[in-house]
Amino acid sequence: MKKIVKKRRLYVNRILFLSVCFFALLTAVPLIAILGEVLVRGWEQLNWSFFTEPTPTAFKAMKAIRAGEAIPGGIANGIIGTLLMLGMATLFAVPIGIMCGIFLAENSKSRFSMFVSYLTDLLQGTPSVIIGIITYIWVVVPMKGYSGIAGSVALFIMMLPLIIRSTEETMKILPVSLKEAGLALGGSYARVVMKVQLPAAFGGIFTGVLLAVSRVIGETAPLMFTALGCSMIRWEVDKPIAAVPLLIWEFFNDPNLQELIWGASLFLLLFVLFLNITAKVLAKKWA
Amino acid sequence: MEIIKPIIEFNDVSVSYTRTTMAVKNVSATVEPNSITAIMGPSGCGKSTLLRAVNLMHELYPNIRVQGEILLNGENILSMEPIDVRRKVGMVFQRPTPFPTMSIYDNVLAGFTLNGIHLAKSKKDEVVERCLRSVSLWDEVKDVLNKKGTFLSGGQQQRLCIARALALKPDVLLMDEPTSALDPIATKHIEELLVQLKDEVTILIVTHNMGQAKRISSRSMFMYLGELIEYDDTERMFTNPKDERTKAYLTGKMG
Repeated sequence: MKKIVKKRRLYVNRILFLSVCFFALLTAVPLIAILGEVLVRGWEQLNWSFFTEPTPTAFKAMKAIRAGEAIPGGIANGIIGTLLMLGMATLFAVPIGIMCGIFLAENSKSRFSMFVSYLTDLLQGTPSVIIGIITYIWVVVPMKGYSGIAGSVALFIMMLPLIIRSTEETMKILPVSLKEAGLALGGSYARVVMKVQLPAAFGGIFTGVLLAVSRVIGETAPLMFTALGCSMIRWEVDKPIAAVPLLIWEFFNDPNLQELIWGASLFLLLFVLFLNITAKVLAKKWA
Repeated sequence: MEIIKPIIEFNDVSVSYTRTTMAVKNVSATVEPNSITAIMGPSGCGKSTLLRAVNLMHELYPNIRVQGEILLNGENILSMEPIDVRRKVGMVFQRPTPFPTMSIYDNVLAGFTLNGIHLAKSKKDEVVERCLRSVSLWDEVKDVLNKKGTFLSGGQQQRLCIARALALKPDVLLMDEPTSALDPIATKHIEELLVQLKDEVTILIVTHNMGQAKRISSRSMFMYLGELIEYDDTERMFTNPKDERTKAYLTGKMG
């Protein structure tokens, strides 16, 4: 009798273990499938000119397809636009987000910080298309035109809660003794934050910024309302500007350019992957 | 007999964490300069709380209330700016707290950095060497000054923290069980160091360890449930305690 019960328990244990493994594998399947698909289809398009030349016109692309050649041109306009807008958004989101995160970590019990914290959660959950339309009303309408600036404002709003949260979490796990030791030396609160706490939290905050960048780099909807897109390489941020995710959408809508979707997607995917891996490696190194 | 002017005076000091519970109750005592005074007592007796009142650490926590007067050289600390008080009253914590992102060199100078005081390079070198020598750490670390402070052993880290506190030439050094996280050899080093340092600075040390109080302090306070039960010359207290509770604690019947 006892033996049978024991066998049964081992048996159940085995089944449970195998099913856990199976479902874990199952969730990895779509991910690997996506990566594989994009890699296979996009790989051929990745060459030097893909990164240095702007999007071809539909006519040029059509001619190339008719002649059985590869579509000329690339996504340089999108890469430059994306980097410009991300750069501006990061420039503002990092200091503001860090300051807000420090405040939340230091005053977690006050009513005001609970309110701010709640709003941060709300902002993080706001659909990006809504952030796009709000930025359109706030920036595009008063500026009388689509622009890279408007695009970066939308990305800035999206990055903010991510940076606030990661700063807050990192600051909260720093030992209290660190702050007390700094203050015990007669340091002012501001100096202790700047010279002791922030440097100690740097790894975590930097990782958070990288993850925030990788989260918003693929955002398409908010840029449709703000940056609009542009087929030329453009450095002026007060004019409509291209972005890689916007290009993917444009390529999809133009039968002649559809072949370029995969190269652009692969680029975006690899970039996000790179940021994520860097963040993970750094987090481990600085932990 | 010459009357020595006290460096610290507690006048009816009470500290409360909530409205109803007092962690320290009506403590009055005076501390002589250039002495080591031990504060003993069982866990939760308020000894750390009393110590932390002296450098206004309680101001960080808005719900903690400190009442009474604590005089430092005749001036009431409780009405001074925390920044000014803490420059004169250094503190060493239970666990070593070297700043993890700073080198050993920068850790010693952290007090200056945090106070916004800029020193010339030669002056910096001088301060670092003097402070590390005074905690007998110089010979051990002089070749690795650029390594992180956290690279050192626990005992070395604690000595680094003492050096860091001494760099600002404080009048008083508060120590909150500075050896409880250290092994016996490191503890011995620190104790010897404290006895040497008494010429430079007045030391107030909270300790769990009766032997430690006996070895290094000239005067001892015994606290129990927030009250200062007995305050006397260490030797007299250990040989002939006046209060029954002190006796019970010192003989291991309570604590």
